[in-house]
Parts: sequence; C-alpha cells; structure tokens
Amino acid sequence: MGEDSESPKINHSFLRDYVTEEDLLATGDKGGRVVIFQRETESKGESEELGESGEYNVYSTFQSHEPDFDYLKSLEIEEKINKIRWLPHQNAAHFLLSTNDKTIKLWKVSERDKRPEGYNLKDEEGRIKDISTVTSLRVPVLKPTDLMVEVRPRRIFANGHTYHVNSISVNSDDETYLSADDLRINMWHLDITDRSFNIVDIKPANMEDLTEVITAAEFHPQHCHLFVYSSSKGTLRLCDMRESALCDKHSKIFEEPEDPGNRSFFSEIVSSVSDVKFSHSGRYLLTRDYLTVKVWDLNMEKGPVETYQVHEYLRSKLCSLYENDCIFDKFECVWNSTDSVIMTGAYNSFFRMFDRETGRGVTLEAWRENSKPRAVLRTRHVYTGGRRRRGDVGVDSLDFTKKILHMAWHPAENIIAIATCNGVMQ
Amino acid sequence: MFSKGTKRKFSDGDEEISDESLVGARVASSYNLQRQSLLDMSLIKLQLCHMLVEPNLCRSVLIANTVRQIQEEMTHDGSWHMVTEAFCGPGQSPSERLVATEVLCRSREQDAEPKLFSVISYEGCREEEVVADETLCSVSVSDTVSNVCLAGRVGQCWEKSELSGVERDEEALEDSRLGSGEDEEIDTEDGASTESPKTTGQVFGTFEIKNGSPGPDSALEELFSDVDTSYYDLDTMLTGMQSAPKMGPYDLLDSLAPSHGSPSIVSTPTCRSDLNELDHIMEIIVGS
Repeated sequence: MGEDSESPKINHSFLRDYVTEEDLLATGDKGGRVVIFQRETESKGESEELGESGEYNVYSTFQSHEPDFDYLKSLEIEEKINKIRWLPHQNAAHFLLSTNDKTIKLWKVSERDKRPEGYNLKDEEGRIKDISTVTSLRVPVLKPTDLMVEVRPRRIFANGHTYHVNSISVNSDDETYLSADDLRINMWHLDITDRSFNIVDIKPANMEDLTEVITAAEFHPQHCHLFVYSSSKGTLRLCDMRESALCDKHSKIFEEPEDPGNRSFFSEIVSSVSDVKFSHSGRYLLTRDYLTVKVWDLNMEKGPVETYQVHEYLRSKLCSLYENDCIFDKFECVWNSTDSVIMTGAYNSFFRMFDRETGRGVTLEAWRENSKPRAVLRTRHVYTGGRRRRGDVGVDSLDFTKKILHMAWHPAENIIAIATCNGVMQ
Repeated sequence: MFSKGTKRKFSDGDEEISDESLVGARVASSYNLQRQSLLDMSLIKLQLCHMLVEPNLCRSVLIANTVRQIQEEMTHDGSWHMVTEAFCGPGQSPSERLVATEVLCRSREQDAEPKLFSVISYEGCREEEVVADETLCSVSVSDTVSNVCLAGRVGQCWEKSELSGVERDEEALEDSRLGSGEDEEIDTEDGASTESPKTTGQVFGTFEIKNGSPGPDSALEELFSDVDTSYYDLDTMLTGMQSAPKMGPYDLLDSLAPSHGSPSIVSTPTCRSDLNELDHIMEIIVGS
C-alpha cells in the first residue's frame, strides 16, 4: 500500500482513464510535491476477479511548485498544492495539471524503458569519441532498460490570478480548462500560456462592497460550454459560455431558501459551499457545505433534490467551531462511478458515505491497524442522544484536528482514496 | 446559543408579566453578552493578519459578513452602545491595543448627555503598515443641531491628545436617546503614541461629510445609511489586508479604488490626503 507519511492535507485526483492497464493516483501536499501512485494489477491469467484491487505503489515523485515571493505586494506565495487534475488520456504519456495559489502547471508523465545504444560518435558513457578510432559505422538500436518515469513541466500558466486559485477543471473538449480564484474564473487553452480568457468576474468596483466569493468551479462532463461555480453564500450558478463572453450573468442559479428555524449568526458561514461536483451523468450536482451534502438536479433550481446530514450534531457547537476556525474547513465531496453513492469527509478521521437509493448514510473511520490494503473499515457512530452503544464516540471527544478534507473515487471501480493527516489510504 | 428565529424587540419584555419579563430580560442580556463576545471575537479574527502570506479572502469575507449581521441586529435592537474600557492609558502604545472597541474621547471631556459611539480600532497589521480607515460623519444639512453637536465634539476631540471617536445623535431614535454609532477607524501608527504633536498630526480619522437628503423618511434613510457606511471600515480593512499589507502610504492611495465622497487612506500623518481632510474638518468647525 503506498503510503506517503509526509505533511498533512494531501490533495487527490483520480485519473479518469483506466482503459489501459494503468491506474494512476496523484496527490499533492503542502510542500509543493506531487506523488503519483500506480496500481499494480494482479494479473491472474485471463480473468480478473470482480472487485479485485491491486496495491498502489509510488510511481513517481516530483516537486511541482516552489515557494515564491510577490515583490509587488511583499507577500509570500505558498507552494502548497491546492488542486490536481489529470487530463484525459490520449497517448502513451499522462498529463496532469497542478496548481498552487497563483500558478498552474501542466506536467507530462512519461515512461521510458528503452534507450538507444551504439552511437558512432559517443561512447557508452557519452563522451565524444576520437574520430580516428572509428573504423566502422553502425545504426544505433533501442535496447530495453529499467523503467524510468520522467516528469517534465510542459506548460506554466502564470500571472492569471490576483487571488488564490481554488479550483481547476478540464473541459470535455480536451483543449481548454478553467481555473477559479476567489473573484474570477479564467479559461485557458492547454497549449497557450500567455493568454487566458476571463469568463467570470465578481469583483465589485469597490472592494468594500464585497460580500461573496467564488469557492469552487467545474466544467460539465459532457457539454463543453457549461460550467458551474459555487459561492460563499451557498448559491450555485450554472453558466453557458455561448450566451456571452463574460459569464457574469448566470443561466441558472441554484439556491435553497434559508430555513428560518435554523437561523443563527453562523447561517451564512455554514451555508458556504466548499466543493461542487457534477455527476458522471452530467444531470446532477453534488455540493458540500459545512453540515450537509446536497444533490441538485440541473433542471430544478429552487432547491436540492436530496440533502444528507454529514454531522448535524455540530450545529450546536458552531460557536466554538467558529472560535477555533474549524467552521472554515473546506471539505470535498465525490461521486462514485455510477452516481449511486456519494462520499465526503468529516472530523475525527471519519468520513461519510450515502447511498442515494436508500437514503442511508454510514460513517467510516479512516484508520488502519495494519497495512492490509483491503482491510474492512470500521463503521462508527457518533453518540447524540438516546441509547448509547458500545464504541460510540461522543461529540465532545471528536478530534477536530483529524479532518478528512480531500478524497477521490476511482472512476470505474470501488476504490477510494482518502487523505488523512499522515498518509494516503486506498 | 445564537440560534434565533426572530428578532427580539425591547418592547416584548415589557408586555409580559413581571417574572417572565425578568427571565426574558436575563435571557436577553445573556444573548446580548454572547452576541457582543461574538462580535469581539470576529473583529479580533479580522485583525490578526498573517502578514507573510495573504490572508484567506473567503474567510475574511465570511467573518466580515457575520460582523455586519451582528451590527445590524444590534442597531435595530437599539443596543448599539460602546463598551468603554480603559484600555488606553496615556502612555500605552497603540500598537498594544488589539481590542475591537475602545474609549475614544476621554471621560473628562464628555458632556452630560449620553454619548453613543462605536469605535473599531484596527491595528496596523505590519510594523509601519497602517490600514486605511474611514470615518463617516453623516451630517444632515438641515439639521443644525446635529451640526453643532458634531462640531462641538469634534472640536473637543481635536484639542485632546488622542483623537478617538466621533459620535452623532440619531434623530429618529431621539426618544430612546440612542443613536446609531459612528464607526471610526483609528489609524494608529506603531510607536507614535508618545509623540507630543498630537493635535493635527494625530488626526487619523478621515471625515467624510455626507449630506443627508431631507425627506419624509430621511431619518430612516440616515439610519440605514449610517449602518451601511459604518461598515466601511471593515471593508477597507479587508481591502487593506488583502491588497496592500505592506505598501507605503502613497501606494495605498493608489491601490484603493476611489469611491464617492472623499475617502482617503491615512498611513502616516504626513500623508497628502490628510491635509485635505484637515481642511474639511476645519470647515466644519469654523462653519458651525
């Protein structure tokens, strides 16, 4: 099992391709490093058992971003990786985008397992031969060597953002992608680094009037002209790029009216959407705010079609969570491959899975006793009243430093990757 | 707990029977205390800037919105009064003051009538960096009384060693003798507190005179306009934090978008705009 026992807060993105035998998982950390894991397929002759999953081992590690300094503002730019996204697989090499607060980079991950041998002018070590010693000519041949994984930066998309980049999303046209910061969304062409189109700008003329920021954005999985972005006020805006060049006016806005019974000073903070994901089918949206995950139907704007409570027992603790800043934690959410199960993280190394067909949720703990890759995770329960069962965890004994913010689900199989504070688990 | 379904009104307590009203008053006061502590906490959160790295804009916006919400509710409740704390001793350096509210005008200069002012002091996040501040004195042209009061207080504060706050009385709330407070940011320069030339050199607040439109609901408008502009300091704080934490005084001037009125950023007493604002203030004092 590949385990990266480094810094906390590891990002994930799953390769959306497993047509080939390769399964790759990329994670980024606070130190600007990206680690790519590869799944070892256990070949059992002609057939593979269902649910068979191999181990993930480290495939490659590289330093994606370095700390930088903005001389104009006298501020450091952190090298922390905010998001990673794989590009759709087109040829033998894999491409991924990684971003820190300001700069997005396109990396090419390629394998080399052959090398040319038999040069005429160079000897085995690469030194130039003395011409007089060359008596015959031959054609260099490719000989197999040990597998080498090369990662090279192919594009650097810099200076596109004034604010902190929080999302990147590759378009279904395989040519463009968007990057979103707090106030703007830019669209880039993968081959062009010195220009980007600004497609959303919510910066007010007076910064004093600023009350809402962009929190996440994503392209539609099939329609290359549609994208959605979420805000700190809990609204989702679906925009159609065919309507205008600047998509400040949304095509659809998805907003749930506030529940007056639950109103408090923290209502707005709690409603801020931390992550938004299209379903694989493209029909639904999944959003995560502080206490719930919601499924929205693109055809219905007035409210979500499904709402799942992630940790409703925290509603009475919002004041202390505000004090220790935990209320600002941004949790991610994911769909499974068939859009039937959704998953999101919580505190105390817990994460929650919800079965959409039954509406039931389960709490699991991301904790391994040993390094068995397919160990069954324990089902946990948080005690909130009523009969207390053995093994229940009280709300006050939750460890809020062990938060599961980042996760990914394999695009085709039931393999999930969860970032805990000291490692990556599959 | 802060969950409240409806806004509470002071009159509610009066209509209940005595013991219930007592309980209600206790609940109300504990709610007020909690609300106040939430407000203080939020303001402190906004003040603590991580100066090496840009602060998280989303978090700042959410906290600022929460503060706005609290202040709005407090204003509607009519409980917008300042907690006077004797934090600033004469010799205390302003850089040590991190509290959200503080006494501005010293008690020795106060009049008999109750003064309501709210002052939010934002410490400079960096050593020499001072956040822009705006003080908005909404003065209705037709209201000569307010003019006089304002000018009088300004004049008083002017003479004192430390200029603190400005207050104004809201006509609409005359009966309750409460007024919406004036928010003023104190632009304090670290290490400059003990300087003797405090009169004009220490006018950190910049005053923007807004002419209220006399109309049927002008008082109400003024109430809301006051509420709106009283959050200007928060917004400028955000702007200052977000855009120019470590710039020089003139860079701040250039970076902030000019808004209506005459906002200006005072970083050091030697700032150009300061002199313009001084003229404004002198006009008020002399004009009344």
